[in-house]
Amino acid sequence: MRELAERALRGDRRAIARLISLAESGSESLKEAMEIIHPRAGRAHVIGVTGVMGVGKSTLICEMALKYREMGKSVGIVAVDPTSPFTGGALLGDRVRMNPLASDGEVFIRSMGTRGKLGGLSGAVYDAVEILDASGKDIIIVETVGVGQAEVDVIRIADTTVVVLVPGLGDFIQTIKAGLMEIADIFVVNKSDRPGADSTVNELKSMMEISEKMVPVVCTSATEGEGVDELLVEVENHFQMLKDTGELERRRRRRYETELVEIVMGRLKKMIYDEGRFRESVGELVRRITDGELDPHSAAEEVLAGLLR
Amino acid sequence: MERKIRVLVAKPGLDGHDRGAKVVARALRDAGMEVIYTGLHQTPEMIVETAIQEDAHVIGLSALSGAHFPLFPEVVRLLKERGVDDILVIGGGIIPPEDIPKLKAAGVDEVFGPGTPLNEIVEYIRRNVKR
Ligand SMILES: Nc1nc2c(ncn2[C@@H]2O[C@H](COP(=O)(O)OP(=O)(O)OP(=O)(O)O)[C@@H](O)[C@H]2O)c(=O)[nH]1
Ligand SMILES: [Mg+2]
Repeated sequence: MRELAERALRGDRRAIARLISLAESGSESLKEAMEIIHPRAGRAHVIGVTGVMGVGKSTLICEMALKYREMGKSVGIVAVDPTSPFTGGALLGDRVRMNPLASDGEVFIRSMGTRGKLGGLSGAVYDAVEILDASGKDIIIVETVGVGQAEVDVIRIADTTVVVLVPGLGDFIQTIKAGLMEIADIFVVNKSDRPGADSTVNELKSMMEISEKMVPVVCTSATEGEGVDELLVEVENHFQMLKDTGELERRRRRRYETELVEIVMGRLKKMIYDEGRFRESVGELVRRITDGELDPHSAAEEVLAGLLR
Repeated sequence: MERKIRVLVAKPGLDGHDRGAKVVARALRDAGMEVIYTGLHQTPEMIVETAIQEDAHVIGLSALSGAHFPLFPEVVRLLKERGVDDILVIGGGIIPPEDIPKLKAAGVDEVFGPGTPLNEIVEYIRRNVKR
């Protein structure tokens, strides 16, 4: 494990990939690797890109990455797609829009399913970001579909969160419903080659006036590569602001707090579900609750007492 | 530890149809696997690099227009060159039966002709993943 971590630090792509797999599967042996990885992480600028389905996140990320490469910066991308809750399978298709990056040795792309992880989805994404960071990537971009709370939480990993929407009222409302308005550091109105981009910009601006939180709005056309330079300027300005105001520290502290709690929760859940002695006693408690002998709260007390002993 | 089979479904060569590849991709997803789909026109170099970054257990290659030679064996060769020996390589699409032994001799683990029942592919993968 130590050797795998050392290789990842040197940028060995197979080692990086294997470590991310260990993170995804919730392997406990990962700890040994992260002891080595973590002290070397923290240099990269982590950018979250989110928005409802099909707004052009992957296409835009590809364009951003190409620009960063022109500037000589190396790029890691973590693209998260939903896992089917029914089959546990997933179709991870973000790479279809990122083919121009496929043969660049300074770009590492990893697709991830949300899976039904005990440790929470964010756990594996956090680890993947740290691994890529420690391996020397300057910029790390995380793509998630903004659909549920889990996805919104994931994006909190980011130093800078870009929320993408497209012209048209339907997606606008979807974006509000998904709770993406509050988390945006920058709004992108993508597909601005289509009619209605201006009115979407105006709607965003009047919404922000109400909430008194003004963030930049950039119009892009990812398929034409337009507006991407402006977007990168705003992203860089935001990062500079974070550093100048001490907000970067605060965000990272929040990131590690969330991660710490998630790891602990994941381990607790694992203890409850996976370890023989608990599964038995939990089964027994559930039977007593069902039979009306015990209420769920008192049963929880018993489980906790058992865990803490 | 949670174990999940990851399959890269790739379409080397120049033909512009990926319906077959998509049908297989969906079947594998429905069987609980994580399928990484990369779209059309992949070079063997792109396929191998993607499989490494995605830590895929399986590469599924699909070709319709005779591109299986030399592209399938080229993928196998590049994997070897990179020191990768734990990825299962399977092929499908429109492949003349007389080519199948040649592909296998070149290191492709299995080749599925058109009309192979999808669950046969699923079962083959489950039984033969190398790690
Ligand atoms: N007209 C136009 N189409 C675009 C633009 N950006 C992306 N698209 C198209 O929108 C479709 C979806 O693009 P993706 O990049 O896959 O979108 P996504 O948000 O990553 O999609 P999911 O990951 O499935 O949520 C593709 O057909 C793109 O070609 C744009 O700026 N203008
Ligand atoms: Mg996408």
